[in-house]
Amino acid sequence: MPNRETKLHLLLIAPVAICFTAFFLIPLGKLFLIGGSGEFGWMAYTAVFTERRYVESMITTVLLSLLVTLVTLVISGIAGVFLARNQFAGHSVLTAMLTLPLAFPGVVIGFMIIMLGGRQGLFPALTEWVSGERVVFAYSLVGLFVGYIYFSIPRTILTVMAAAEKLDPRLEEAARSLGARPLQVVAHVVVPALYPALLAAGAICFATAMGAFGTAFTLATKINVLPMVIYTEFTMQANIAMAAALSFVLGLITWLALGLARSLTGNSVAAAA
Amino acid sequence: MKRSIHFRWLLVFTLCVSMFLVLPVVMSIMAGLTKNYFVGLSSGLTLDWVIKVWSEYHRSIVLSVGIALACLMCTLLLGIPAAYVLFKRSNAWTRTAEELLMMPVALPGIATALALITMYGAVGEFRSHWSFILVGHVLFTLPFMVRSVLAVMHSIELNILEEGARSLGASFRQRFFQVVLPNCAPGILAGSLMVLTLSMGEFNMTLLLHTPFTQTLPVGLADAYASLRIEVASAYTVIFFFILIPLLVAMQASKRLTQSKTN
Repeated sequence: MPNRETKLHLLLIAPVAICFTAFFLIPLGKLFLIGGSGEFGWMAYTAVFTERRYVESMITTVLLSLLVTLVTLVISGIAGVFLARNQFAGHSVLTAMLTLPLAFPGVVIGFMIIMLGGRQGLFPALTEWVSGERVVFAYSLVGLFVGYIYFSIPRTILTVMAAAEKLDPRLEEAARSLGARPLQVVAHVVVPALYPALLAAGAICFATAMGAFGTAFTLATKINVLPMVIYTEFTMQANIAMAAALSFVLGLITWLALGLARSLTGNSVAAAA
Repeated sequence: MKRSIHFRWLLVFTLCVSMFLVLPVVMSIMAGLTKNYFVGLSSGLTLDWVIKVWSEYHRSIVLSVGIALACLMCTLLLGIPAAYVLFKRSNAWTRTAEELLMMPVALPGIATALALITMYGAVGEFRSHWSFILVGHVLFTLPFMVRSVLAVMHSIELNILEEGARSLGASFRQRFFQVVLPNCAPGILAGSLMVLTLSMGEFNMTLLLHTPFTQTLPVGLADAYASLRIEVASAYTVIFFFILIPLLVAMQASKRLTQSKTN
């Protein structure tokens, strides 16, 4: 017999269930059907692995995301462990500075990169002063790479700091007293202990680099990454079927990356773009 | 702790990383407030650019603030009851529901936007109304509200508090408003700040969802970056920072508040 409490709970969850079904599950289902209705038919879903121009952008996007993840983990790993381990004057100011861009949207990140490496940016001015040649990197894949690192560092540093604070410093002392060199301590003690946190943060880095497109949109529309391709298919080519199929494949990849990290680390992983 | 040469190198490294993150922010604020960025600070400080941006883009800015507040209302009304039920009934069904709710965050925004357009794009009035953008923002931000409230519910043993109130004869309405809501306040606050911040900055979805009449702040930003001179683009960014940074500071403060309460 459904008691009063069950009825009450159903009543409380009903609004979310209805809204979510009407505005997300059904539209997503329809998008899936549309993905199979274009010139390629259902093969549209495999076109990203068979059609040359999609394969190219897929490879670019995956490699870029992997590289961003790796570099971000190294930078944030070093800075995060350092901040968690050492107390000094100005520590909290430094932490605040490192986490300032935490919720900047992709478009703003793009502009920050233009400020650094754009036509009137800091880096070209510096290189001109040093070598006489202005090196502009913002409006290319390099700019996007720097932008995604910029975006991912604050979040990753916070994750690493939280994990490193739980790490027992005596383990490192023990390793050192047994004659391990600093790099050996890092490789055999610190990294294994931080592994779950690094994996979780890495998955978020990877997923956001795969799916975000505000930064690419700001820097240059001709950067050949998958979200940009989807956008062009939809707006310029009016090829809704291909855009739908591509965004499904892209969504599946980011969803799997996050799911994998979650099942490996056992805690909740949430991406925020 | 003994400070080695490593300490010094690591400090320099960390300082460099923080410079990489903060310098462009400072530069864009300067650029938005100087008369001529190319000449530099010597050309003098001015608010002209900010005023120019405000007069040209204030509709986008007001619209974004409005959508963010409406989004907050929706996530509060939908999210808190949902979190309560997910907390009370922890089983395979609710875990699946929680997983499903997270999907709009895991999926690239462009996919969600395409789904909404293919389904409701032909509904004329709705497509060109700002509530079309609102729907996308609510889908994207709802999981953050639900998770934030759920986390507090799990950390304060809400069940015991509620049983206590029930044994004293409190009705569901009394329990919900006088026990559940006040005790979840830190989670609701943290979730609310998160929702506002994300909604204000959402671009991935909004670029496809917006129409010329419903241009939001970040879409306007992208427009300014693409077409206008660097001082105007910077001044627009300054206005955005002016709204965003207080939210970020409040978010960090509320996190510290929650931690000190639950520890």
